[in-house]
Amino acid sequence: MNRSSWIARFLDGDVFYSFKRSPLVITAAVVCLVCIVAAVGAGWLAPHNPFDLKTLNLLDAFTPPAWTENGKPAYLLGTDDQGRDVLSTIMYGSRVSLMVGFFAVILAMVIGIALGLVSGYVGGKVDAFIMRVADVQLSFPAILIALLIDGVARVALPKDSHDTLALYVLVLAIAASGWVQYARTVRGSTLVERNKEYVQAARVIGRHPVAIMFSHVLPNVLGPVLVLATLHIGTAIITEATLSFLGVGVPPTQPSLGTLIRIGNDFLFSGEWWITVFPGAWLVIMVLAMNLLGDWLRDALNPKLR
Amino acid sequence: MIAFVIRRLAQGVIVMLVVGFIAFSLFNFVGDPVALMLPPEATQADRQAMRENLGLDKPFYVQFATFASNAVQGNFGISLRLGRPVSTLLVERLPATLELAFVAATLALVVGIPLGVYTGLNRNSWLSRVFLTVSLIGVSLPTFLIGIFLILIFAVWLGWLPSFGRGDTVMVGGWSTGFLTGSGLKALILPSITLGLFQLTLIMRLVRSEMLEVLRTDYIKFARARGLTNRAVNFGHALRNTLVPVITITGLQLGAIIAFAIITETVFQWPGMGLLFIQAVQFADIPVMAAYLCLIGFIFVVINLVVDMLYYFVDPRLRIDTGAAGGH
Repeated sequence: MNRSSWIARFLDGDVFYSFKRSPLVITAAVVCLVCIVAAVGAGWLAPHNPFDLKTLNLLDAFTPPAWTENGKPAYLLGTDDQGRDVLSTIMYGSRVSLMVGFFAVILAMVIGIALGLVSGYVGGKVDAFIMRVADVQLSFPAILIALLIDGVARVALPKDSHDTLALYVLVLAIAASGWVQYARTVRGSTLVERNKEYVQAARVIGRHPVAIMFSHVLPNVLGPVLVLATLHIGTAIITEATLSFLGVGVPPTQPSLGTLIRIGNDFLFSGEWWITVFPGAWLVIMVLAMNLLGDWLRDALNPKLR
Repeated sequence: MIAFVIRRLAQGVIVMLVVGFIAFSLFNFVGDPVALMLPPEATQADRQAMRENLGLDKPFYVQFATFASNAVQGNFGISLRLGRPVSTLLVERLPATLELAFVAATLALVVGIPLGVYTGLNRNSWLSRVFLTVSLIGVSLPTFLIGIFLILIFAVWLGWLPSFGRGDTVMVGGWSTGFLTGSGLKALILPSITLGLFQLTLIMRLVRSEMLEVLRTDYIKFARARGLTNRAVNFGHALRNTLVPVITITGLQLGAIIAFAIITETVFQWPGMGLLFIQAVQFADIPVMAAYLCLIGFIFVVINLVVDMLYYFVDPRLRIDTGAAGGH
C-alpha cells in the first residue's frame, strides 16, 4: 500500500471523523503538540538557556512577568531567584518530565505485556502467581509504590552515582508502579486468543511457544494496550512531578516541572508567585490535554460505545 | 467462609513477610550497621563486640527472625537523623496524620455523597454538568498543586488561613489533638481539603453512577407505581442501595488517604508520619524508613482484610461461589 492512499484512508476513516467533530479534542491535540514541540525543541526555541551560567544576571532575579509593572519584555513569564527565565526553565523542565513519563510508560508496557502474555498463555501456577502479585500491588496506590521503590533505591545506591542514576531509578520506580494494568488487560485478551484457530495452527506446525506468544498473539492483543498507554502517560508525568516535588525525584541539576514547582514553592510567601504558578499551570494543562486525547481515543477506537 | 478468611490471612502474612524482608535488607545490607552506630574512632575489637552484640555473626535466617520479632514488638532501633527511638517518633506523629486523614475522609463523604445524589437525580441540569466538569479538573490536578494553589489564594493573598503546621495542640491522654483549639481547627482546613478533594470527586462519581443504575431497576419503578413520594423513593430505596459499594470503596480509600497524606504533609509542613518518612528518605535515615515501610504495609493489609470480609458479609452472592472467587 502506498503512502498517500494510507493517509487518504485515515482521513476518510471513522477515527478522523470523530476527531474533526469535536472542538475540545482538536484543542487538546493542539495543546499536546505545542507542549511536545516546546519540550523537544527547547534547545532552539527557548528564549534563554537557563543552564548557561554566563548568560545569567543576578540583577535580573525575581523579575515579575512582562505584563506587570516591573516586568521586562525579555522575560515573558518573569525570572526565578537566580535570574533564570521562567519560560525557558519550563520548556527545559517539561522535556525532562515528558522524557521520564514516556520511558516509564514504555517500560511499564513492556513488563506488563510480557507478564500478561506469559500469564495468559502458560496459565496454571505461573498465571496464579503473577496475578496474585498483581492483586497485591493493586491494593496499594501507585504513587506509594513508586515512592517506596524510589526511596529504597536512593538509599541503596552509592552516594556519588546518585545524580547520574536518579533518572533511571525514577523511570524504573514509575514503571514498576504501573505494569499491572497492562498485564491484566493483555492476560484477558490472551486467554481469548490462545484458543483461536491460528494459534492452534501455529502450535501444530511446531512453532516455539515464545514465538507464538510474541509474533502471533501479541499483535492481536496490542490495541487496548496502546489506549491504556495514552491514558497512562498523564499519570506517569504527574507521578514524576510529585516525586520531584517531594525532593526524591530528578536531580536538581536537571530540573523537571515538579522540581521547578518545588523551588518556586519557597518563594510563594515573599510574593514571587510566578516562579511556581507557571510551571504548575503548564503541568496541569499538558496533563489535562493528554488525558482528554486518551479518553477520546479510547472511545473512538471502541466500536461498542458508538 | 473459614477457608476464605484463612486464605486472605495467609496472603496478608506473605505480604507482611515480603515488606518486612525489604525493610530488613535495607537495614542490614545497605551500609554497614556497625559503622552507622559506632563512632569513627572505634577499634577493631569494639566493632567485633558490636557485631556479636547485634547478632550480625549469626546466620541470615536467625537475623531475620530477630528483626521480625523486634519489629512485631515495635522496636525498630534509633533514628539516625534525630537520635531518638523510631517507635517513639512514630507514636508522636501518629495523631497528626490520623486527625488529618479523618477530617479529609469525613469531608469527602459529607460533601461527596449529596453531590453524587444530586447529579444522579438531576443528570441533565446545568449544575450537574458544572459539578462533573469541575470534578474532572479535580482529578487531573496533582495533589501537591491543589495544596500550593490553596496556600497561594487563602494564605498568601487573602491571609485568612495558616499555611503550615498544626497550630496549637492540646495533649489528651498522650494524644496531641488539634481539634480543641481555634488555631488547630483553622490549620486543619486547607490540608484536609487538599487531601480530601480527590476522594470527594471519586465518591461523587461513584454515588452518581450507582444512583443512575439503581434508578433504572424494577423495584424503583414499583415503588413509584405504589405512589410513594419522590423523597421516599430516592432516599429510602435508591440511596440505601447505593451505599454498599460506597462503603467498601471508602474503606479501600482510607489507605490511599494515608498514602497521599505524605504529599499533603510535605506541602503544609504538617508534622505527621508522612513528613517524617520523606525526611527519612532525603537523609537516608534507614531505621525510620524501615519502620514506616512495615507500618504502612500493615495498615494496608489490615484494611484490605477488613474490607474483603465486609464484602463477604454484605454481599451474599460471594458466599456461594467462594471457590471461584478465591482460586482464579
